Amino acid sequence: MSEANDKVNVQIDGEWHQFPKGTRMIEACRLAGKEIPHYCYHPKLSSPGNCRMCLVEMGMPPRPRPGEDPPKPDKDGHLPIQWIPRPAISCANTIAEGMGIRTDSQLTNECRHGVMEFLLINHPLDCPICDQAGECRLQEFSVEFGTGGSRFREKKVKKPKNVDIGPRIRLDDERCIMCSRCIRFCQEVADDDVLGFTDRGSHTVLGVHPGKELSNNYGLNTVDICPVGALTSNDFRFQMRVWFLKETNSICTSCGRGCNIIAGAREDKLYRLTPRDNNEVNSSWMCDYGRLNFHFLTSEARLTDPMILEHRAHRIARWSEAVGRAAEKLKEFDASKIAIIASGRMTNEELFMARRLGETLGIEKIAIVPRSGEADDYLVSADKNPNTRGARLILGKKVDKQLKEIAAGVKKGTITALIALDENLLKCGFEEDTLKKLDLLISSHILANPTASLSHVVFPSTATVAEKRGTMINRTGRLQRLNQAIDPPGQAMDLWEILRDLAQALGGSNGVYLLEDVFKLMAGTIKEFEGLSLGKIGDQGLPLLKPKESIPLLERERERIEKGIIVG
Amino acid sequence: MSKANAINYKKGKEPHAREYRLVFKNVDRKGWDPGIDCYLQDGGYRELKKALLMDPVDITEDVKKSGLRGRGGAGFPTGVKWGFIPPNNTKPVYLICNADESEPGTFKDRYIIHQDPHQLLEGMIISCFATGANLAYIYIREEFPEGARILEKAIEECHQKGFLGKNILKSKFDLEIFVHRGAGAYICGEETGLIESLEGKRPYPRIKPPYFPAALGLYMCPTIVNNVESLCNVKHIIAMGGDAFAKLGTARNTGTRVLCVSGDVVNPGYFEVEVGHITMGELIHDLCGGLKPGRKLKAVIPGGSSAKVLRAGEKFKIKKGDQEIEIGIEDIPMDFDTLMACGSMAGSGGVIVIDDSRKASWILNNINEFYAHESCGQCTPCREGSLWMKKITDRITRGEASPDDVETLESVAFNIDGKTICAFGEACAWPTESFVAKFREEFLADTSEKYDDAILNPETELAAAHLSSET
Repeated sequence: MSEANDKVNVQIDGEWHQFPKGTRMIEACRLAGKEIPHYCYHPKLSSPGNCRMCLVEMGMPPRPRPGEDPPKPDKDGHLPIQWIPRPAISCANTIAEGMGIRTDSQLTNECRHGVMEFLLINHPLDCPICDQAGECRLQEFSVEFGTGGSRFREKKVKKPKNVDIGPRIRLDDERCIMCSRCIRFCQEVADDDVLGFTDRGSHTVLGVHPGKELSNNYGLNTVDICPVGALTSNDFRFQMRVWFLKETNSICTSCGRGCNIIAGAREDKLYRLTPRDNNEVNSSWMCDYGRLNFHFLTSEARLTDPMILEHRAHRIARWSEAVGRAAEKLKEFDASKIAIIASGRMTNEELFMARRLGETLGIEKIAIVPRSGEADDYLVSADKNPNTRGARLILGKKVDKQLKEIAAGVKKGTITALIALDENLLKCGFEEDTLKKLDLLISSHILANPTASLSHVVFPSTATVAEKRGTMINRTGRLQRLNQAIDPPGQAMDLWEILRDLAQALGGSNGVYLLEDVFKLMAGTIKEFEGLSLGKIGDQGLPLLKPKESIPLLERERERIEKGIIVG
Repeated sequence: MSKANAINYKKGKEPHAREYRLVFKNVDRKGWDPGIDCYLQDGGYRELKKALLMDPVDITEDVKKSGLRGRGGAGFPTGVKWGFIPPNNTKPVYLICNADESEPGTFKDRYIIHQDPHQLLEGMIISCFATGANLAYIYIREEFPEGARILEKAIEECHQKGFLGKNILKSKFDLEIFVHRGAGAYICGEETGLIESLEGKRPYPRIKPPYFPAALGLYMCPTIVNNVESLCNVKHIIAMGGDAFAKLGTARNTGTRVLCVSGDVVNPGYFEVEVGHITMGELIHDLCGGLKPGRKLKAVIPGGSSAKVLRAGEKFKIKKGDQEIEIGIEDIPMDFDTLMACGSMAGSGGVIVIDDSRKASWILNNINEFYAHESCGQCTPCREGSLWMKKITDRITRGEASPDDVETLESVAFNIDGKTICAFGEACAWPTESFVAKFREEFLADTSEKYDDAILNPETELAAAHLSSET
């Protein structure tokens, strides 16, 4: 019985459904397959009910007046519905027992057409030069609920345009429909109450408070949730029409949080990263740092070809030649003299292939370079490596402590050959002079750096952002997938491929051709991965290891969900 | 009435014989001043002493029995409103006196505040005692600076006499009242907008549900918001008892009301009458001395500028007993229910009389200008619609509108009505809806078909010119 009591019977467009008590009308409709158009409502923010786009016709069982007979239920036990002539907002109201909702009635449609017309009369209709075009809620709903022409003959209200409200965001007040999502985001999520409305009525303008700017590290989320083109990103505006973007689901690799993202790319150029919903990781948000941390992909320092050091100068080599040279040189060393510096920025598959290379050669010293910085009270983790937990799982727990031993070994001369994977050794405890003493330095890099110039063989590798596939484990132990959005430049390759080729050159064919093969091997070797495949992980990831920290932003969201302030 | 006659009023300010001065008893009274001594000499704070010996529940019951309906505009029963405070409430309760009197055509509260502030304070203290509020605010509009000063002084006097502060008259009841001045916005008269403003925010009205002030009001605590006149009436309910008060006026429309008459009458002003005891015609012709010489009645806005206009010559169907009868505008008794049955409302008591020298479009444009200026801008229909309506009526008054514009005007109003967060939507839509419906011919006569294709938006004009030059 108790289970039945937690459910509420609601009639939506003539059909009865059951939903949990406390469900918002708009969410109940969505679950019933009826999308309600809306602007101000966002499930992660409070609901002010100001846009009025989600108005629906609503009804309840009639309340008998004293002396009247109570209404009789029909054969299925449902009471008749008395429809209320005044429409109700579906975003802030919760469902009630016996409630009826009409999402397609004359009243509902009149409301939507009316609101749509109001929103458009003072809107500049400058879609051809607006960055939001193509992903604009105003465009989308005006297709459904707008009219082709306009009855509005008056002069439009003039408002500030191209307003600089912070280092990364620009505001066009004429496009703003005053939904207040950005204001609420800054107040409720980012704790940075800098946005607000001034003036009133049709002259209301959004702006930053005097002396303030929208510069917090989460500010660009306001651009995402702005349903129109009022807030645009300085970084992305005018770069690419959104309908040309190919969208790829992936994860951010700027810290150990692993925020879920959508990479927007066209013709092997990445244009933007936007957060993707994942209520176990990043809710609907991401930090500005992570979001903009991809411009190095097109840096002039990008390595595009394998190189071999000859006569104190690097020359471009073919892959086979570079791999051959590296393998040939490695064979000259006793395994005890070789060490591998891997990276916490490598995928699980790449780390696993580094481990396999180590096993092939009998190398025992494998380290990663720890990176720590400041965490914040929202999403940013203190661990700046995106896959420290993967590295520890695959390479062993002591992997981040071994770095010092290796550095000391190089200095002492007990280690004479180093394989450095995507790490600039000069930034992690090695000195140029000691590195010069090495008999062999093989390294892979995304960008040219001093370690590359000291290396005997250099491989160009791909960036984790958008250029490769694979998996990582974030700070909270969640196994998540990276997907490739663009092809890497030149002959750059994923590290698992570089390591596979090197292992093959050293020990013969190992049956690894695809990333799936690596994962299969890994799943057969490491018990945590047992039974898994890339497909099984899915776009939302899987909990794999015990969480080692909690996510402050999610905890606060949970509190707000419990209080009924947000839907979540 | 005998009571009112025993008091002397200033020359030229004497109440009309048909008035019943209860709340306005001391307004324009000879030798009267707003100081506490004057008030005490007249028996002031006697009802407070009486009330403090009563059970608060009984006071609320008495107010319920009195049938007092809110005098701010909505006409909601005051006692019922008090009863909405959740029974298991553990949070502090606040009482707010809404002195934001800003409905055009209404000017009653300012006289109470200016001339008889202690009547209001006494009513408030009793109401706070009844509802369990230990902190109360008087939210007074910015445009009443003098009123705010008078109230501040009156509150100070109350403290000196022990009517405010700790353990009021040894009753163990504590109360502080603060005056809070608004910043000049009509919307602050809407109770939830007022609460937001009092909290220091923009006065954006809150959505109901869930934010009914009696449960989630000021600082999310139970809050009672009552109009100045309503709170004054509480004192008189204590004085005469709820049952006796209910005998004033008519059934369901009890007590007295201060009607503020403005517009085209010989003697505009305020008249306190028993609710429903006089008709519109009596109000205009008897109390207000009739229309200006040679003029005919054109229309009346009966309850503040947002009330729907009533046209002279219109026929209204109302219920009298079990029968339905048809009456003209001058026969309408001025009470809540009849005015509602006539398609308008008693609202704030601001009666605006319009004679045949006025143009309907001019009046409507004047009203629309006010609402376009005062719309808070929070929700879409009112924010965009109020200015649009103003722009259309503006063109109609200039003679630059087409007949289509009248139709557009009307439909804009319908698109606002009932679709907004607060009652401002109706407030700004009703004038247009009623004026256009009732004076359609006059509006159409002001338009011309030569404006059928007029477009005033320069961008659209430019685009149109560009397109035609291409073909």
